[in-house]
Amino acid sequence: MSKNISPVSEPHGGSYTTDVVIIGAGPVGLFAVFELGLLDLECHLVDILDRPGGQCAELYPEKPIYDIPGIPVVSGQELTDNLLQQIKPFAAKYSLGEMAVALQKTDDDLWQVKTDMGTSITAKAVVIAAGGGSFQPKKPPIPDIDDFEGSSVFYSVRQMEKFKDKDLLIAGGGDSALDWTLALLPLARSLTLVHRRPNFRAAPDSVSKIRALVDAGDMEMIVGQVSALQGQGGQLDQVKIKTKTGEVIRKIDCLLPFFGLTMKLGPVAEFGLNLHENLIPVDTEKFETSTPGIFAIGDINFYPGKLKLILSGFHEAALMSQQVFRICRPDEKLRFQYTTASTDLQKKLGVR
Amino acid sequence: MSEQKQIILHVTDQQGKVHELIALDGWRAMEVIRDYGLPVKAECGGACSCATCHVYVDDDWADKLIAPDEDEEDMLDEAFEVQENSRLSCQILMSEDLSGLRLKLAPGSEPDTTD
Repeated sequence: MSKNISPVSEPHGGSYTTDVVIIGAGPVGLFAVFELGLLDLECHLVDILDRPGGQCAELYPEKPIYDIPGIPVVSGQELTDNLLQQIKPFAAKYSLGEMAVALQKTDDDLWQVKTDMGTSITAKAVVIAAGGGSFQPKKPPIPDIDDFEGSSVFYSVRQMEKFKDKDLLIAGGGDSALDWTLALLPLARSLTLVHRRPNFRAAPDSVSKIRALVDAGDMEMIVGQVSALQGQGGQLDQVKIKTKTGEVIRKIDCLLPFFGLTMKLGPVAEFGLNLHENLIPVDTEKFETSTPGIFAIGDINFYPGKLKLILSGFHEAALMSQQVFRICRPDEKLRFQYTTASTDLQKKLGVR
Repeated sequence: MSEQKQIILHVTDQQGKVHELIALDGWRAMEVIRDYGLPVKAECGGACSCATCHVYVDDDWADKLIAPDEDEEDMLDEAFEVQENSRLSCQILMSEDLSGLRLKLAPGSEPDTTD
């Protein structure tokens, strides 16, 4: 990250307590930290990506964005970096590389969010700022691929040992495909890389290493696309690969497809929030869902007139924060203040 | 003002149904498809960064389009069942010359659904 302000993730599997847990560390989730922070509310963000920024960081870090008020042009990464700078005074906690998988009420009327890494965060309010959902690996639309997932088909490598002495087929042409090819080749019994064209978009250094390995006969590269899987009981036996000159068959134990990430709504769909076409309905006063104490802001929410713009999410964050304050601090008076005038706010921002 | 000709775009959806759309000059084919509410994921919104607006171009039209640039070719690596006539519809700019263009939404372009 350019300004070296990338936050450090809390250890996986811990138990944490905070005022507000925010699901999604995209631009809108980050700005929510600012608005909540001005009201002295502590935040803990959860994101499936290993760094903040959401779509801005994952899909278009270098593409210019032209519709942020007051900033004529900014890239996705710059916007993320600027937001991180802006919310730095509030010292939010982050659980990165984790997916929020469950949301439930505790006995003492708090909310508990659990992640796939065993982390548990207890909070007085929950803000869902999950955009288009969680970024998850793209699944090739090959018939019956579901039957082999987890046993023969893997979209990520958690333990390299699992692939020792196996016949592997890696599909894809980006950095993940090539990096894993280079990492797993010394362990594997055989390795075949399948890519749709002879050129790669991956780093040139990896590409030349792969070409040298192919020339030396250490691995095989096939220009084509995997079209069919065969096997039994979740165990792959062989795959068919479509090439320009016809079909090729390779006997393999494991297939590792690397075709980038795509957004899936994921477990948020199970949170009981009366989804409307994969979006979470909210009111336009507080941006609260059908469940009091749970809010949804940014691209994931729905209300009449909704526009999926970053600026809309920023506005929603500001209004949401007012109601979250009432929930978190029922005995305190909510004061509306401007950052230009309020010494109190300026102290919080560390500029006074 | 000279009289403007309507720009027609024919799109076959993932179920095989053909739709006749009216495009606007300078719009990306993806934007026209999305504007009509057809099922296209297009999750990066036209930044050539996701490959979820992958389409097949009708053979009669293949030569009439401006060839894909390197960015688009690279991004097609993240699409599935890529063919010679594969394109990302966010990289096709509609114009009068392209009126009548026929595209077919490719596998992987369908929006996310909750199972």
